[in-house]
Amino acid sequence: MMALLMGGLVGVVALTSILTATALGIWFERKLSARMQTRLGPTIVGPFGLLQPIADFLKLLQKETLIPDGADRLLFVVAGPFCIFLALATAAFVPISPDTGLGLDSGLIFVVAFGAITVIPIWMAGWASRNKWALLGGMRAVAQAVSYAVPLVLAALVPVLLAGTLSLDGIVAAQQGFHWFALWPTFPGLPAFVLYLGCLLAEANRIPFDIPEAESELVAGITTEYTGMRFGFFYLAEYVHTLVGSAVAATLFLGGWDGPIAPGLHWLVAKTLVLYTVIYWIRWSFLRLRADQLMSLCWRYLVPAGLGLVFAAAALAQVMP
Amino acid sequence: MTTPARNHLATYEPEGDLMTLNYGPQHPSTHGVLRIKLVLDGERIVEADPHVGYLHRGVEKLAERLSYVQLTPVFDKNDYVAPMTNEQALVMAFEKLLAIEVPARARHLRALLGELGRIASHLLWLGTFTLDLGGALGGGSTQFIYCFRERELILDLFEALTGVRFHYNAHTIGGNRHDVPAGWAAAVEAALDQIAARVPEYRGMSVENGIFVARTRGVGVLPAELALGLGITGPNLRASGVDHDLRRDAPYHVFDAVPVKVITRKEGDCLARTHVRLEELEESLRLCRLLVGTLPEGPICGARPVKQPAQFKIPAGQAYAAIESPRGELGTWVVAAGGPSPHRLKIRAPSLHALSALPHILPGHTFSDAVAILGSLDPIMGEVDR
Repeated sequence: MMALLMGGLVGVVALTSILTATALGIWFERKLSARMQTRLGPTIVGPFGLLQPIADFLKLLQKETLIPDGADRLLFVVAGPFCIFLALATAAFVPISPDTGLGLDSGLIFVVAFGAITVIPIWMAGWASRNKWALLGGMRAVAQAVSYAVPLVLAALVPVLLAGTLSLDGIVAAQQGFHWFALWPTFPGLPAFVLYLGCLLAEANRIPFDIPEAESELVAGITTEYTGMRFGFFYLAEYVHTLVGSAVAATLFLGGWDGPIAPGLHWLVAKTLVLYTVIYWIRWSFLRLRADQLMSLCWRYLVPAGLGLVFAAAALAQVMP
Repeated sequence: MTTPARNHLATYEPEGDLMTLNYGPQHPSTHGVLRIKLVLDGERIVEADPHVGYLHRGVEKLAERLSYVQLTPVFDKNDYVAPMTNEQALVMAFEKLLAIEVPARARHLRALLGELGRIASHLLWLGTFTLDLGGALGGGSTQFIYCFRERELILDLFEALTGVRFHYNAHTIGGNRHDVPAGWAAAVEAALDQIAARVPEYRGMSVENGIFVARTRGVGVLPAELALGLGITGPNLRASGVDHDLRRDAPYHVFDAVPVKVITRKEGDCLARTHVRLEELEESLRLCRLLVGTLPEGPICGARPVKQPAQFKIPAGQAYAAIESPRGELGTWVVAAGGPSPHRLKIRAPSLHALSALPHILPGHTFSDAVAILGSLDPIMGEVDR
C-alpha cells in the first residue's frame, strides 16, 4: 500500500514536471519564433509572458467541446487523452541521472514502440471526426508515421550496436567521458544523429514534415473538428512529443545526463533544450514538403542511408569492441 | 487553339472511390472567398470546378447610380492589394471620353504610384504564397511577416501622400488629388534602398531554397497557348513565355519615354511565376528610383476640381482604358450617355482570367499542389467578384 502511494506520488511529481517543462517549452517556442519574425511574442501574462501557456490552457478549458454529428463518439473522445498518454509515457524511460530511471534492459524498445503507436490515436481522431480534412490528415499521418518509423529505428540502432546494449542507461554509460556517439565515432555516429533528428521531426509532425496537419492545405488536419481541451490534448501532445523526443535523442547520441561538474539532470536538460531549439529553429525557417515527396525522401534516401549506417556500426562494433 | 478537355471525369478510371471535396470558401488558403469543388482520387485531383461570386458587391451596377467623381473611392476596393491601379484604370477611361490632357507631373506621379503599388503587391503575393506553402505556424509565416514589414514602408509612403493607408482616392479626373509633400522623394529613396537590400533575403527563402523549389518546379504548368486562349495576362502570362506587357506594348502615363524591361520565363510553372514576380519587383525598384528622381515641375491636375458631382457630366461615347496592374491587364470599359453617371461600366479583371485556368491545370496534381497553384496565380477575389 505504501509502495503504491509512493509510486503514485512520484508519478504525479514526474508528470507535473514534464507538463511544466512543456509549458515552458511552448513559451520558449513562441518567444523564439517571435524574435525570428521581428515580433515580441507573449509579454502581457506574467513576467516576460511566462504564464501565457497557462492562460492558453485555461482558455481551452473554458471552451465548449463539440462532437460533430455522425462522429464516432467513443473514438473521438478517447483519441486526445490516448495521444498525450503515449507522449508522456515515453518520458518514463529516459534516464535523468545515474541512479534514477527504470533500469530496464530494453528501454529503447519501449521508447520506439510508444513513439510508433502514436499513429493510432491520430488515425482514431482522423477517422472518428467524420470530416474530409481530418480523414485526409489521418491518412497522411499514418503513411508518414509508418514510413518514418523505419529510418528512425535504423538510426537508433547505431548507438545500440556501438554500446552493445538496448538499455538506455547502458547507452549513456557507454558514452561517458565525452565519447558521445554524435562525436565519436564520427562515422556512423554523426550521420545517424542527423538522421535521427530528421525522423524525429517527422514523428513529432514538425515542419518540414508537418503534412498531417498542414493547416494551409487541410485546414487543421486531424484536429479540424476538435475544440477546447480535446484539441488541447493534441496540441500538448505534440510539444511533449518534441520535448521527450529531444531528450531521447540527447540520451542516444549526446551522452544523456553525462557531463562534468553539474548534476546529470542539468546536462540532460541543457542538451534537450539545444535539440528542442534546433527543431523549432527549423520549423520557423522552412516550408513544408509535399506528402509524396516526403515518402520518396524516406524510402529512396533515408531508409537505404539508415541501413548503410547500421551495417557500418555493426562492422565497427566488430572491429573495435 | 484547341482548349484541353475539361471533363476529366468522363474518361477517368479511378482506383477506388472518388471523394468530392469543397476547397473553400471557409479555408485558410482560398484567398478570402473562393470555392473550388474538387473531385479527388486519394490525394490526386481528377476534376476541379472553381465557383466565384462570394465577394460579389455589384460594383459595376453601383457605378450606374453613382456620379463619376464618386467612383474612385469605391473602385479602390476592387483589387484591394493594389488600389492605386484600380483608380488609374478608371479615371483614364473617363479622361479618354473627356479628351482631357493630364499634365506631365501627374502622369509621372501616376506611373510612380503604380510601380510602388506593384512592389507592395508583389511583396504581399510572395508572403501569402510562402504562407500557402509553409503554413501559418512555420517558415511560411516568417517570410510572410518579412514581406509585410517591407510592404509597410510603401504604405507609409502612400499615407504621407494621401493621408490614408489603403483606400486612397488619390486620383481624380484630369490628374491627382494630392501633390507630393516636402521630403517625400527622399523618403521614397530610403524605402526603396531598404527593400532592395532585403530582396536577396527573399530569394534565399524562396527561389534559392531547396524545399521551395521542390514544391514549385514543374507544378501547375500553364502552357502559353492555353494562357493566351483564356485571356490571362500579367506575370502569369509572362511566366509562360509570352512577351507581353502593356507598359511597353500599349504605353500609358510616361512609359512611352521610360523603357521597361519585360521579364519572361519559359517554364510556365509555379517557380517561373515566382521568378518573374521577384524580377519584376527589382525592375519596379529601378523604375521607381528613376521616376522619383525625374519628377517634373508643374500642375498635378489638368481639370478644374468638381464642386457639384451631380452636375459633372461626361458626353455620350464609349472608351476603354487599360493598364498593367500587378496582376495583368486591368481595363475599364465605360459607356457614357451624357448623364452624371456612366450608362454602363465594365471592369476587365486579370484575376478572373487567371482563375479560369484552374480547371485546366489542376487535374493530375495532388491536393497540396492545388494550394501552391492557386497561390501562384495571385488571384484577388475583390476584383474577381467585384
